[in-house]
Amino acid sequence: MPDRSVAGPLTDPGPSHPCGGTSPRTGEPDGRPATAPGCNGRVTAPPDDCLARNEWICGAYLSSRRDILWGAVLQHLQLTAVSVLIGLVIAVPLALAARRWRWAAGPVLGVTTILYTVPSLAMFSLLLPVYGLSASLVVAGLVLYSLTLLVRNILAGLRAVPEETRQAARGMGYGPVRLLVAVELPLALPAAMAGLRIATVSAVSLVTIGAIVGYGGLGNLIYSGMNTYFKAQVLTASVLCVVIAVAADLLLLLAQRLLTPWTRRQS
Amino acid sequence: MNILSEAWSWLTTSAHWYGQDGIWTRLAQHLVLTVVCLLISCLIALPVALVLGHLGKGGALAVNISNIGRAVPTFAVLVLLLLTPIGRFGEGPTVVALVLFAVPPLLTNAYVGMREVDQDVVRAARGMGMTGRQMLFQVEVPLALPLIMTGVRIAAVQLVATATIAALAGGGGLGRIITAGFNLASTAQVVAGAVLVAAFALIVEGLFELAQRLAPGRVRGGNTG
Repeated sequence: MPDRSVAGPLTDPGPSHPCGGTSPRTGEPDGRPATAPGCNGRVTAPPDDCLARNEWICGAYLSSRRDILWGAVLQHLQLTAVSVLIGLVIAVPLALAARRWRWAAGPVLGVTTILYTVPSLAMFSLLLPVYGLSASLVVAGLVLYSLTLLVRNILAGLRAVPEETRQAARGMGYGPVRLLVAVELPLALPAAMAGLRIATVSAVSLVTIGAIVGYGGLGNLIYSGMNTYFKAQVLTASVLCVVIAVAADLLLLLAQRLLTPWTRRQS
Repeated sequence: MNILSEAWSWLTTSAHWYGQDGIWTRLAQHLVLTVVCLLISCLIALPVALVLGHLGKGGALAVNISNIGRAVPTFAVLVLLLLTPIGRFGEGPTVVALVLFAVPPLLTNAYVGMREVDQDVVRAARGMGMTGRQMLFQVEVPLALPLIMTGVRIAAVQLVATATIAALAGGGGLGRIITAGFNLASTAQVVAGAVLVAAFALIVEGLFELAQRLAPGRVRGGNTG
């Protein structure tokens, strides 16, 4: 088996004895005598719960590690939300610039495509000299990834605004700013929201790679669970990742429906 | 700038290129993993997509599988596989995870490509007395080729990225240079490894881009004549 001693902070000591500090379980039946000394010198019965057997699905894991799980979920949500929001703030002006000036479109799309091709682990590693082992590194990496998806989709949305609509607005006396805010941006919203949904779901999944610098949300739990062969932790954290991704996607879909009521009537 | 020069000197130290953990070994592992898994994924995904596309069935599955694939973290799948019995077979988890993540783009693009073939052309082929098999291989597949190739290209880039992450779960490949760098707290090595990985990914993408440009117009999708 290849060497798995990759570095990384452990947020959880792994599947351990209820009073802590014993060796990781291997999944074999617990063969210790019933009078094995427990912690603090007291005599306790050997644990025979799903944690001791290192099972994949384990209710005791959920109840005993609730705080750790909650902390990881919060960090996961924070990293995702901050990165996608910063990505959005940068992507909108870039897309507008690419729309307004023809010469800007090529470089903007080219650079974001190249950024998107760089594998995530390499992206985080390239940012290491700039940010060190910090949450900013993970956020910066995720922002760069979301840029591609957001810029492409916003630009596609802006380009899809019919020329007749634009001319009608101009004929009604709309200035360039009002045309943009009241006509073009709302019409570009469905495409932009589609990009936002893809960017958010991708970000939720990519946050886990942040475990390499210790800021990976649920990825931290997967990482430490891998090093200690803690099945319940790995499965629980993985499932929670998918749940967050699906929930975020549905939430954005709902927001899109509320923001663009006109698209519902057509379809 | 200091880090960059350190990374450069790491890359230009010949000792780092040879040996069991050398760059050449890691590069070869990465290349073999990518090519082998791309072949396996194509063998799995393309027949399914072509048949489904030809029959016009299973569209919802073929299109949505890409969205599902995006929501599942690569790293989580790698670690889950590592803890299953597959984990005992060296690169087993890596190969299975790589194939799992390369299949969705192949399936979706090939299926969409097949469905977007002009139905008038398909009807004309049927009118000429072509059998289903003839229609599939002489009409639909050639016309769907541009999108099929786009799927192969996306899958290849995805494979390079996933093979890098596999290093986090103990797999081989260029990613190991990065994880070893983190282990040694050597920022220079981490950056050097990242440059190698990024260059590898961009070269793969560039090669597909070049192949699509050099291909005859029909394959590019530029003109259907």
